[in-house]
Amino acid sequence: MAKKNFILVCGGTGCESTRADEIYRTLIKEAELQGVKDDVQVVKTGCFGFCEKGPIVKVLPQESFYVEVKPQDSAEIISEQVIKGREVVRLLYRKDEKAASNIKLEDIQFYQKQFRIVLRNCGIINPENIEEYIAREGYTGLEKALFKMKPDDVIEELKKSGLRGRGGAGFPTWMKWDLTRKQPDPVKYVVCNADEGDPGAYMNRSTIEGDPHSVIEAMAICGKIIDARQGYVYIRAEYPLAIDRLKIAIDQARDMGLLGKDILGSGYDFDIEIRLGAGAFVCGEETALLQSLEGKRGMPVPKPPFPAIQGLWKKPTVINNVETFANVSAIMAKGAEWFAKVGTEKSKGTKTFALTGKINNSGLVEVPMGTTLREIIFDIGGGIKNGKKFKGVQTGGPSGGIITERSLDEPITYESLAALGSMMGSGGMIVMDEDDCVVDIAKFYMAFCVDESCGKCAPCRIGTKQMYDILNKISKGTALEEDLDKLEKIGKAMTKASLCLLGGSAANPTLSTLKHFREEYLEHIRDHKCKSGKCKELVVYEIEPAKCIGCGLCARRCPVPCIVGEKKQPHVIDKAKCIKCGECFKVCKFGAVIKR
Amino acid sequence: MARMTLDELRALRESKRQDLARRDVEGKNIQIIVGMGTCGIAAGAKQTFDAIAESLQKHGLEDKVVIRQTGCMGLCYVEPTVEVVAPDMPTVIYGKMTHDMAESLVVKHLVEHSLLDNHILDRPAADIVKK
Repeated sequence: MAKKNFILVCGGTGCESTRADEIYRTLIKEAELQGVKDDVQVVKTGCFGFCEKGPIVKVLPQESFYVEVKPQDSAEIISEQVIKGREVVRLLYRKDEKAASNIKLEDIQFYQKQFRIVLRNCGIINPENIEEYIAREGYTGLEKALFKMKPDDVIEELKKSGLRGRGGAGFPTWMKWDLTRKQPDPVKYVVCNADEGDPGAYMNRSTIEGDPHSVIEAMAICGKIIDARQGYVYIRAEYPLAIDRLKIAIDQARDMGLLGKDILGSGYDFDIEIRLGAGAFVCGEETALLQSLEGKRGMPVPKPPFPAIQGLWKKPTVINNVETFANVSAIMAKGAEWFAKVGTEKSKGTKTFALTGKINNSGLVEVPMGTTLREIIFDIGGGIKNGKKFKGVQTGGPSGGIITERSLDEPITYESLAALGSMMGSGGMIVMDEDDCVVDIAKFYMAFCVDESCGKCAPCRIGTKQMYDILNKISKGTALEEDLDKLEKIGKAMTKASLCLLGGSAANPTLSTLKHFREEYLEHIRDHKCKSGKCKELVVYEIEPAKCIGCGLCARRCPVPCIVGEKKQPHVIDKAKCIKCGECFKVCKFGAVIKR
Repeated sequence: MARMTLDELRALRESKRQDLARRDVEGKNIQIIVGMGTCGIAAGAKQTFDAIAESLQKHGLEDKVVIRQTGCMGLCYVEPTVEVVAPDMPTVIYGKMTHDMAESLVVKHLVEHSLLDNHILDRPAADIVKK
């Protein structure tokens, strides 16, 4: 028998601490007392992301959204809503005192921090069925571009929308398209950059996996506007599912006449091919990507000429990121004015981020530009794992920088992130807590850049290696204080003199951690100490004789082995042999093994 | 399907839009939608998909329910995610639906018409296409 109501009590950590559990129990008790336990079911849910107004209680199917609920409100919720079918008005969320109280969740995203434009179909449609995309305003943008709007109007529309490239640099999209369009060459190309290479970033992958047609449609629109006949999607081979779904989507679009010859009877021809990249990070840089697309070794070439003038096979080429294209199809479907309402004055629309690291709710998020990092990390992300202290967040992967507590309330825009010494990048966001060591992080990213530097220009090829060597010395405690100045000097030179942005931004993680956490670097150098214990060479394990009972557990666990001692006598670690795996520290039940 | 003209595209869009609004696919009025992005699959969404199909058969529900796949909903920390759309029940997204949860999902939600506790999540953002 069907239930009349379902009461959802927020079970997120924020609400739990504000007595959500007690509310859950009193609601069940009240339902029983008032004799309606069969009409209603009380359940706990995941976090609603609106913790500042918690505890939250939501009643279905009415979608009543109650905030700051107290256990003593339970009786009223049961008697009013379940028995009499009326909402408890005083508990409903109001934006302000005057606003109408009965806002329904679906009407407005008043409590939700996320706003999904790029990911509008992800998790809703079946990505392998073109009809479901079409049903949700799909290919209406292409319709307009083919039959209703002139190329000038489309460019104007993009200009009004304020859309800027989502690959990281933030170049206005309309300008790129317009420049390419105005080239006299009869052969032009559209290229989609799906070579998402930042460690920890997977927004583009998810977008293609969840909604491939949003990219295909926008590429066809772009082709029509700049008068190109051929498009390429450059995607890394390590995204097999995304490639499969993209192939299916292209085939379906071709079968239905949305790609290929004479699209929808308009006389316009456009087709798309997929090109697989082998996973070199530098191929995310547009000129290197185009080289690789031509079958050459993926290395950047000097700009200018920009791809808009001389791109693929020396022909004018628009090259945009997956996210940029996915935005274009939404703008064309819903209009520039609608789009421009979202975001800040200079950074319009939304940005997707892959939220990972020491965070409770890791996942794919899309927020309006201007949202603060605090909202992303603490409201959407649910805060730091295991109640640890927040240390910093790395945006933009190996090209970005660390952003600390002090800047958490800064609204996210292209400009604000650049001013903080980081960058928008493609949107990887790695959260770090007090257990992370900044030297270790800087070293990790620099090692990545050493591996991924293509070697064409000296500043990047030599600079990354030199910086890595110094960072490595610091992590071993053999560096000198003046090495920090060297790091800064080499970093600045690389930033200025590198051929492409790989070298140009490779120093960012080091320079930004050095700026915000110089003390921690100095601790490594002067005191040979790494507080977090991440720099293994600086950690020393010892056994405190007074506490050791000689059980021998550590000696049995030691993989070297380097722990010796008689039974029931204090044991000793041979520091020369110790590999610092930390096993003895973990297994000791008496706290006798100490880490220094 | 043959290549379409503009009018055919519009007609298809309208009919499919109504299909989606009716929540009625292939004559079946219950939909179970499994998130099958890389993250979902890595967390075992394929096994969940199969286990749900098996469980539906066991309870004689296979004629009423269609199981669909979709991309990533963004809730990577609670994958696999499963959305259930059924008449007389609120539409709910469940997280952490590993294959061993399939049976209780079918029994609780579709047979007993109640919600599965401790697994319910909120859709992360309002749907912009609906408006």
